[in-house]
Amino acid sequence: MSNSLHGRLDDVQQDAGYDQHPPRMGFFTDTSVCIGCKACEVACKEWNDVPEDGMSLSGMSYDNTQALGASTWRHVAFVEKPLHPTTTDLGLPGMGAPGWDSHENGPASAAVTLPASEDQGAESGDSGVRWLMSSDVCKHCTHAACLDVCPTGSLFRTEYGTVVVQPDICNGCGYCVPACPYGVIDVRKEDGRAFKCTLCYDRLKTGDTPACAKACPTESIQYGELDELRARADKRVDELHEKGLDVARLYGRDPEDGVGGDGAFFLLLDEPEVYGLPPDPVVTTRDLGSIWAHVGAAAGALLAIGAASFVGRRR
Amino acid sequence: MRERAMVPEPEFESYYGKQIIKTPTWKTPDVPIYLFVGGMAGASALLAEGAARSGRPGLEGVARGAAAGGAVVGTVALIHDLGRPERFLNMLRVLKVTSPLSVGSFILAPFAGLSVAAFASHVSGRVPRIGRLAGLGAAAFGPPLTTYTAALLCNTAVPAWHEGHQEMPFLFAGSGATAAGGLAMVLTPAAENGPARRMAIAGAGLELAAAQRLKHRLGMVAEPYEIGRPGLLMRTARAMTAASAVVSLVAGRNRAVSVVAGTSYVAASLITRFGVFEAGLTSARDPKYTVIPQRERLERRRAEREHEDARPAR
Ligand code: SF4
Repeated sequence: MSNSLHGRLDDVQQDAGYDQHPPRMGFFTDTSVCIGCKACEVACKEWNDVPEDGMSLSGMSYDNTQALGASTWRHVAFVEKPLHPTTTDLGLPGMGAPGWDSHENGPASAAVTLPASEDQGAESGDSGVRWLMSSDVCKHCTHAACLDVCPTGSLFRTEYGTVVVQPDICNGCGYCVPACPYGVIDVRKEDGRAFKCTLCYDRLKTGDTPACAKACPTESIQYGELDELRARADKRVDELHEKGLDVARLYGRDPEDGVGGDGAFFLLLDEPEVYGLPPDPVVTTRDLGSIWAHVGAAAGALLAIGAASFVGRRR
Repeated sequence: MRERAMVPEPEFESYYGKQIIKTPTWKTPDVPIYLFVGGMAGASALLAEGAARSGRPGLEGVARGAAAGGAVVGTVALIHDLGRPERFLNMLRVLKVTSPLSVGSFILAPFAGLSVAAFASHVSGRVPRIGRLAGLGAAAFGPPLTTYTAALLCNTAVPAWHEGHQEMPFLFAGSGATAAGGLAMVLTPAAENGPARRMAIAGAGLELAAAQRLKHRLGMVAEPYEIGRPGLLMRTARAMTAASAVVSLVAGRNRAVSVVAGTSYVAASLITRFGVFEAGLTSARDPKYTVIPQRERLERRRAEREHEDARPAR
């Protein structure tokens, strides 16, 4: 059981009871180089033997996967937004379309100043669409609500600092599902138990790279020691800012945030909610003290009502 | 009863309008019923203990039956809701204070055992000493059984539940008291049901006050309690609870009135649980309840930081 419930926590494995342990491992997903190939989704399904979870056309750009879930542990989001060019662009071949103006000071206005290779947004400039791709995954939170609320101990913290479900213990109570502030974990209907990304726990144990990171052709998904990934991400975001891409920001990088920082964090090119991510997630157990205090006070109030009901008249 | 938006809709962005957090997979009616019977049983155990002490055997029998019956039905509902019911005992594998469901299992299990034992002893007249002790134990576990279910809902990322964590325990305590009191008003002879009436009236007051505070404190996050189906359920339950309280206050000693008011109390408590449960589902399904409050929180923090920075260094 975790000792601290929120705030900064530098050694999450020790907090979970590991005295000797390997460094904390994680993902840094740099969405600025994601090309939306979905190799990560496929590799994850293949390696982890995750069942098919329905095939339908969603109408959401190229995203027919739609969301993370019990049988989707990597999900590539495709954001298409019209740019409202002020002058009609005739769609002449060429990159970067420097002539058009994105509306107001929207994030993509910076994107057009970049060579196409630096930002996905510029690629489809001639169609007046800003296009963002991002491969989402379980965040392996420092303070993981799913793990906190799991009544059976099925969800546990590994020696790598990741969060994993043990399917042989899970009884399908479903408490982790509404507890996760990111909407990651879910119950598989046909099976009854909860499933999510394990950060390829089995591969980590043999020193391998998780399947998605291994398959990613652009190194958008980077796997490694969390400290190292954070340093690398800081450098990358500085680099992009220098090039004028002010909209680049890290998401889940800050160890002081509402979940104590994510083990899997991201470089985004727009607000988190544009990608379907919560802008300021907080682990529910941060308020656990207050919750139990109010539950206790209310139980006391009920006891008082019970006692008072018998005071006074004899009928 | 017309639906209305309580606040002007602020602008917010989303990913194709999709929800951010997952909708709870807890089943309807299993979980609302569990919330209801748990509350009713917990408060009934208190009523039973008071009746035993004050020499009201009729009330004691009814309340012991309600406590035991509620515990059994609740346990069945809880197990039925599991994805793997056969693994129910895994609930008792560890005790985790961070998991209200774990803590609750360790409240429900002894409560069920004790309340069933107390009821069996009361009915059969056997081992009366042990029966009384069991009843006392059930009364001790009763109030936490009634209010922990609020922690169960509130300790999630579901906005309408989580943000209401200061009021929900009191709302559930009040709702449990009206259900227990109401049921005893229906089934107990008028000569003995004074305490049941008083418990129900006090419970109604607590519940209505908690609901009112929740609505005002939460702002737009309380909207799901006011609009749509959950809004209708909540309004109906509130009206029934208030009406029952007034009627039982004025004419509760009349047997017929007592039966009608008691039935209405019980029904209102049940409807309240469905309303609260469904309001949570509504707030999970719409990304605005996740995004807007979080955005506001970020803006507030940013403004505070700027304020700090702007202050001259002495
Ligand atoms: S993102 Fe959700 S499922 Fe993943 S560790 Fe955090 S709380 Fe658990």
